[in-house]
Amino acid sequence: MSDLTKLTLDAALTGMANGEFSSVEITKAHIDAIKDAGKLNAFITDTHDLALEQAAASDARRAKGEAGLLEGAPLGVKDLFCTTGVRTTACSKILGDFTPTYESSVTANMKADGMVMLGKLNLDEFAMGSSNETSFYGPVINPWRKDADLVPGGSSGGSASAVAADLCLGATATDTGGSIRQPAAFTGTVGIKPTYGRCSRWGTVAFASSLDQAGPIAKTVKDSAILLQSMAGYDAKDSTSLNLPVPDWVSACGASIKGMKIGIPKEYTIDGMPKEIEDLWQQGMKWLEAAGAEIVHISLPHTKYALPAYYVVAPAEASSNLARYDGMRYGLRVEGENLNDTYERTRTEGFGDEVRRRIMIGTYVLSSGYYDAYYLRAQKVRTKIADDFKAAWEKCDAILTPTCPSGPFPVGHKFNDPVKMYLNDIFTVTANLAGLPGISVPAGLDANGLPLGLQIIGRALDEETVFKAASALEDAAGFSAKPLKWWG
Amino acid sequence: MTDQTPSGAQTGVSAADVKKIARLSRLHVDEAQLEPLAEDLSGILKWIEQLGEVDVEGAEPMTSAVDMAAPLRKDDITDGGVRDQVLANAPKSDDGFFVVPRSVE
Repeated sequence: MSDLTKLTLDAALTGMANGEFSSVEITKAHIDAIKDAGKLNAFITDTHDLALEQAAASDARRAKGEAGLLEGAPLGVKDLFCTTGVRTTACSKILGDFTPTYESSVTANMKADGMVMLGKLNLDEFAMGSSNETSFYGPVINPWRKDADLVPGGSSGGSASAVAADLCLGATATDTGGSIRQPAAFTGTVGIKPTYGRCSRWGTVAFASSLDQAGPIAKTVKDSAILLQSMAGYDAKDSTSLNLPVPDWVSACGASIKGMKIGIPKEYTIDGMPKEIEDLWQQGMKWLEAAGAEIVHISLPHTKYALPAYYVVAPAEASSNLARYDGMRYGLRVEGENLNDTYERTRTEGFGDEVRRRIMIGTYVLSSGYYDAYYLRAQKVRTKIADDFKAAWEKCDAILTPTCPSGPFPVGHKFNDPVKMYLNDIFTVTANLAGLPGISVPAGLDANGLPLGLQIIGRALDEETVFKAASALEDAAGFSAKPLKWWG
Repeated sequence: MTDQTPSGAQTGVSAADVKKIARLSRLHVDEAQLEPLAEDLSGILKWIEQLGEVDVEGAEPMTSAVDMAAPLRKDDITDGGVRDQVLANAPKSDDGFFVVPRSVE
């Protein structure tokens, strides 16, 4: 039998439906691939026995004619989603061996659709990072390599690395400032962050609640649509969940973009951006034009203020969300001389450097005397950024940008310069602030043979247009490069 | 610490500020780390201060990513009776209770 791990999710689902192979067979193939790929450090908790049980149960369901949307597909889950009976750490020491007694709504939806879970995937601690280097469980390594180990991007670095290395057919991820799209771009995979509210946040470890949104990382645009279709849906347990039906996104993939107006924001040309990214962006415009779209030039004047606004709003929300880790009810407790001392020792030992830094920034911008100057102002700037997009939608249906201002960089390269690291999210963070859907599609290789992505941003609730445009890009780019296997 | 943002806040974080923020955050910072951390945070805050250039006159602060009314539900009990589950991950528990350090002398 040919290597089942090389299949797309779509092809694997079809293969199982046609009886060409079973879920147990394709699950075993992926378990072997994972056992071979320890060097990538993508999975931090393996649930192989559980996966084989789920696969056998799936095969039994299929035999009875009960196949769900993801029936029998072996997938990975970012370790930010709570999973019943399986350790959930957010890659922080402070959660220790926290083992939820409940399931996140997103993974519950996927299990109801027949998912087989191979294990939990590495991420930046509490999803705070752009390189997957802040994880308590060590950095994830990008399967793409050039002379040295490269980062897979972050925070969903484990998800991206695992999908790129064919360790799973697809994976869940989350995106607060670019954490799905940037790692997708760095690993030659597809990643979509839907409209805020499409996927329930219930049971997903919180970072910045007004920005956090789940989505998939996948091998193709269509695979990402299949996964999102399963993950999304109204959930009364999340008060920001959108009470709207989930459209048929899979059908949107491959549909014509004739007459679609694609906006090109002039502010996304930034100093120091490599020429090859600028060229790829130009190429993307030509591809979409050739597919029948019309290119229109637009302006998003407040773009340069998006990252600084984000680094007020996100740490502020994080400092509140992470106040719950006090060592009393779950996770790590480091005993001190009294209650306050116990809190301090627990939190100081339990959180890593970047998380402590962001908690302190958040505490500072929310503290008396600084609230108006920083927090209130940042929220007003967020309104201006959302207004920029509203004005843009008068002129276009979707926006094309590069996903990132650079390709993947070596491990350790930017780790000690927080602001430089933050700048990685410059093109992705705007969609989080405005709550808009955005997808990254692999579109080409840089001079070092490393993948680069292009991003499509759409109107709120209009993932359909995003999938259409992304499919057109994917077809035209014909990206088929895979990393050479060096890890096993 | 003489710079002013357009909104009047002082820029720059001192070692004393770090100590205060750390206490509010329930984090411990070693004396030797106060200065380096102050520099670190000052660098980030200085970069954030470009927000002062934006004319936000008349802009409402954005508190929700998508326009929607906050949903209301009946004030009914919807969950409970799961004491053992609640305590399942406790660092210390005894006889159905969390065990925590003494907080009242």
